[in-house]
Amino acid sequence: MANLESSNLEFSATEIMTVAASRLLQDGTVCFVGIGLPSTAANLARLTHAPDVVLIYESGPIGAKPTVLPLSIGDGDLSLTADTVVSTPEIFRYWLQGGRIDVGFLGAAQIDRFANINTTVIGPYDNPKVRLPGAGGAPEIAAQAKEVFIVLKQNKKAFVEKLPFITSAGFLDGGDAREKAGITGGGPTAVITDLGILTPDPVTRELTLTSIHPGVTVEQVREATGWDVKISPDLKVTEIPDADALAALRDLQARTAKAHGQSTSSEG
Amino acid sequence: MALITPLREAVSSLVQDGDTVALEGFTHLIPHAAGHEIIRQGKKDLTLVRMTPDLIYDQIIGMGCARKLIFSWGGNPGVGSLHRFRDAVEQGWPHKLDIEEHSHAGMANAYVAGASNLPFALLRGYTGSDLPKVNPNIRFVECPFTGEKLAAIPSVRPDVTVIHAQKADRRGNVLLWGILGVQKEAVLAAKRSIITVEEIVDDLEAPTNSCVLPSWAVSAVCHVPGGAYPSYAQGYSERDNKFYKDWDPIARTRDVFQAWMKRHVLDTVDFADFKRVLNDGVNDGAKRETV
Repeated sequence: MANLESSNLEFSATEIMTVAASRLLQDGTVCFVGIGLPSTAANLARLTHAPDVVLIYESGPIGAKPTVLPLSIGDGDLSLTADTVVSTPEIFRYWLQGGRIDVGFLGAAQIDRFANINTTVIGPYDNPKVRLPGAGGAPEIAAQAKEVFIVLKQNKKAFVEKLPFITSAGFLDGGDAREKAGITGGGPTAVITDLGILTPDPVTRELTLTSIHPGVTVEQVREATGWDVKISPDLKVTEIPDADALAALRDLQARTAKAHGQSTSSEG
Repeated sequence: MALITPLREAVSSLVQDGDTVALEGFTHLIPHAAGHEIIRQGKKDLTLVRMTPDLIYDQIIGMGCARKLIFSWGGNPGVGSLHRFRDAVEQGWPHKLDIEEHSHAGMANAYVAGASNLPFALLRGYTGSDLPKVNPNIRFVECPFTGEKLAAIPSVRPDVTVIHAQKADRRGNVLLWGILGVQKEAVLAAKRSIITVEEIVDDLEAPTNSCVLPSWAVSAVCHVPGGAYPSYAQGYSERDNKFYKDWDPIARTRDVFQAWMKRHVLDTVDFADFKRVLNDGVNDGAKRETV
């Protein structure tokens, strides 16, 4: 809290989520990026501490350096700024399945305690309450990237005790279930939310709150989680966004809003 | 050899009721004009295939032309839901829509397998996902050499694939560039194909190794400038992101959707006419706002 009070910086919950997510991406990493929050965080990393991060989008651009955030996965800016553009089959066959992705950066509609993801359906599959867009590239990204970051806002609708549908595997039932199922990639290493950062326990693989954003209480995190969330005994306070990162993020979003003719709120 | 023909004739002669039809495009080069023509001609009982069904599939489904959708991600990119698609799946309106659901990797491999004249696609995929529980067409086979378990799904073999591209020459050779998605594979996997193009030129001037679909591998080429709108053709147009946002309220309710489709698609003669009516509407709206 002291950090917050001694700082003149003000930032929103979404901003600290985005900056915290971007910080996890190291320079030189090859990152398979989902649209929306992951794309914002990954491009922020590229524009700040990780200029040589390689961004790969499932539509085909490799090494994309968009000047504004893409509204869709196939905006022209992605292909015009990429090192190369390959076909979608090639992206999935040679680059993802080929084992060339360090980090898969995903969003989700819902997540459970073992970081399994649902983007398919709320309610029964055959009689859905809400039909979501579906899998897209996520099942194989989640399975084949060396590690996976997941970014989404934390509330009880999203952080649920039991998923109605597992679209993409995290640690399944926990423990070594993922390895036993034959999944090769390392799986989720961080879930970044607007309240904090959760990481899987090394043994049980259950998501544990290991970092909490300044100004957020543990009680708030519990309230926003649909299961009895584990809190790390070494709980840290997330470093506040530095002025440069915040400026870069706001500049990027302002450029994006201008380019797309209106607010970018639909992305987040 | 591809026949260079008006879009109306191409759709009329090449798309039959009950066909499996793939109108492909990965955000870029989506064949909206051809989709409208399918709706105008009242095609029925189609099995639609597409990795990323978006607005044009929302329209085809909402107008009752489809009985089944094979897909991997159905949404309005960057905006949200496809309301007509959801209404068909959630409420069975205008009638029940069967779905066969995959991941992108599965669909992309299924097109490659189709183009390669293989019965099924093989990939590392779907492990740990519930998709195989709800889609009996996702199965697992053992590698004969290593014993490893791999996913197998049937090839996609459309009766007709429809795509949009930048250029054709007068013999019907087609050149496309930019984000290519699965379009080449989708054309080569299909029995018949329709390609709408931005322009028809004397010489494609295609650099070596470009994505060229030779005339003899294509059924029909149709000159429809701007035929991807509100999607785009790199080098010719920009994606109209505002249209994608504006679609959301139009598609939300059945009545508004039907009235919009009647005015813009059923009561227009072709895509140029659609754009004229659309622009009239935009101008009317601008006038009202200034009054």
